[in-house]
Amino acid sequence: MGLTGLAIFKLLPKTNCGECGVPTCLAFAMALAAGKATLSQCPYVSNEAREALDAATAPPIKLVKMGSGDKVLAIGDEQVIFRHDKTFYHPTGIFIEVADNDANLAAKIDEINGIVIERVGQKYEVDGVAIANASGSADTFKAAAEAVAGKTDKAIILLTECPTCMEAAAGAIAARKPLLYAATADNYEKMVAVAKKVDAPLAVKGADLNAMAELVAKIDYKELVIDSGARQISQVIADQTQIRNGAVKKRFRPYGYPTIAFTTEADPAMEVLEAQAFISKYASIVVLKTTKTEYLMALFTWRSNLYTDPQKPIAVQPGVYAIGAANENSPVYITTNFSLTYYTVATEVESTRLPSYLIAFDTDGLSVMTAWAGGKFIGEAIGPWLKDSDINEKVKKKVLIIPGGVAAIKGKIEDLSGWEVMVGPRDSSGITSFAKLRLNV
Amino acid sequence: MPVEIYKDKFTGKVLEVILGATKEQGGTRAYTVKLGGSSTLPFLYYEGELPNRPVIAMEVWDIKPQWSSSFEPYYGDVWNDPVAWAKKAEEYGADVVYLKLMGADPELENSRSAADCAKLVKDVLAATGAPLMVEGPGFPEKDNDVLQAVAEAAAGENIALGAAEKDNYRGIAAAAMMGRHCIIGRSPLDINILKQLNIMITEMGVPINKVLNDPITSGLGYGIEYSFSVMERARWGALIGDKMMALPVVCLAGPEAWRGKEANAANADAGPGWGDEKDRGIIWEAMTAAALLQAGGDLLLMRHPEAAKLVRKQIEELAVPNKY
Repeated sequence: MGLTGLAIFKLLPKTNCGECGVPTCLAFAMALAAGKATLSQCPYVSNEAREALDAATAPPIKLVKMGSGDKVLAIGDEQVIFRHDKTFYHPTGIFIEVADNDANLAAKIDEINGIVIERVGQKYEVDGVAIANASGSADTFKAAAEAVAGKTDKAIILLTECPTCMEAAAGAIAARKPLLYAATADNYEKMVAVAKKVDAPLAVKGADLNAMAELVAKIDYKELVIDSGARQISQVIADQTQIRNGAVKKRFRPYGYPTIAFTTEADPAMEVLEAQAFISKYASIVVLKTTKTEYLMALFTWRSNLYTDPQKPIAVQPGVYAIGAANENSPVYITTNFSLTYYTVATEVESTRLPSYLIAFDTDGLSVMTAWAGGKFIGEAIGPWLKDSDINEKVKKKVLIIPGGVAAIKGKIEDLSGWEVMVGPRDSSGITSFAKLRLNV
Repeated sequence: MPVEIYKDKFTGKVLEVILGATKEQGGTRAYTVKLGGSSTLPFLYYEGELPNRPVIAMEVWDIKPQWSSSFEPYYGDVWNDPVAWAKKAEEYGADVVYLKLMGADPELENSRSAADCAKLVKDVLAATGAPLMVEGPGFPEKDNDVLQAVAEAAAGENIALGAAEKDNYRGIAAAAMMGRHCIIGRSPLDINILKQLNIMITEMGVPINKVLNDPITSGLGYGIEYSFSVMERARWGALIGDKMMALPVVCLAGPEAWRGKEANAANADAGPGWGDEKDRGIIWEAMTAAALLQAGGDLLLMRHPEAAKLVRKQIEELAVPNKY
């Protein structure tokens, strides 16, 4: 991204010394442009050229890290406007806000820690806690920061515009690398000093997009997260779109940082829909208040879907999986190893409450009908595999249940494997009633 | 120095399609609904025109569906009375009534005949004021018979007929043309087929501003990102001038969201951290619909009145124009 080979060439010494391992400076410039070489290979490049090139080859949005240990949250470093252009890389961090003067703070953190949602083989947890300095007191804020840090290893955001409060709290939990929110036009010099002192990322909040960009330009610190100050949903979408477009298409440096957004809806259902819009439109962090898990599950699921890499089908490891305490009398189902298909079927098999085996057949991550059409989920492939599979040692009754949509492959599998084939429902949602009626559950 | 406001310069825009016809227009609807017309991406008011906000159609069946018990308090007394059900949907704030003639499924014992379907549509129209969309049972031959009868019975009402697919569009297109109705073209998450189907339908003689696109919705957690990206790509195509992608998009958010186990599972069958079943199903549908709004959904088909209420409220807030 960024400069062309010729533009880079102009900044090189043009001595063709060859010490970089490439015969000419032009060839080296081309290699740099293609990302196949690094500037450090050239011993003679000038400092001005290095700065210009570093700036031009830097990612459009900086990668910023917060948190510590195995809960480090990396945000930013996005490269595209639409996920179909390539992919989105760093899923939006989802934070729950708490107040520093909440009498039930400890219980609240326990509740947040306890939010663990599992579906289709994925596990969703809240990324962190945002502590608001509702008390206005530095001592209370510091005590709350210490209490939260002591109770959770999740990432922490400190929410205060009071520099002395920030210094007290951030100093106390500096090892946790909290995000400091926020530097404003009024306090930024002191906030930057605190951020530098504790070596933590700093959020910059403007009264609007303009004020935010001006403030970022004034700040001599690069570990930033930005907030245009907008709170009304449609203005947030507009500002986030401006920031992403400006950073990616125009390389406008003040926009080249991860962003943070806050919900305003009081009703938790509306709040997660609002958070959804922020996730859809580029926010790197959303801070919300609800801890209702049915709502958070829908939000986490959307984030997970949006950040799925559109370039690769997601597959599970092919093989035989036991669903429940499967034994030698358990039924055997087969589906493909496309993860969406596999987990949908697995969930349904699980809800039959009959311990079973489920084969994830290797179709390179294609769904049943696509794999069948592509010759990867057909009798000629499944039959011989089944004949030699270790599933033969696991069950007594050699009966394989296949998806109803591919009933046509029944005969071939039977011929080639010696197993009996039972045609299951077309849609996985029919597995429960299929099991009831046909497997005598 | 003020920051430069980045604006994409689009040359195309989404065509405006009108559903329904009032008395003056030869129908009996209380109002009409305009879809589309956008000359920019969703909700970027500072960049272009977004004359019509997204609307909510609510799903009505002609037979009792096997839905979650979560619907019982809302529709329990009208399951077997599609006319009363349609009226209820209006009371719950439906901008459009979406009638699914599932009872015409030829594999059912008492499969509803085309003539009965036509009569039912007439009764629904007589009892309601909202514009109407009618979908056949999904069997090509029966769809053709049913929708032809419906188109005739509803002549002048400018309803939408669906769903026309690549291998089954001629009969439905002919029915739409005959009754001067709209048509829903359904393409399987494939932008090329979406475009091709629009070309085929319009080549039959259906005016382009009578065509709606259903690019197939996948529910939250079950491939919604495919729908999202197909919609984003088609909308981009429309805005840079491809007229055969420039049609309002219909999202079957309700039916698809309620296919997911997460929406339906009773608490006893729920996974770890799934929370309470009642709000879980409602938010699962609302989240599906709201996410698709961000990709440019113009008409959301919804099922649960509470989910529709949430999404309607968000649409109101999204419709506040942003500016610089």
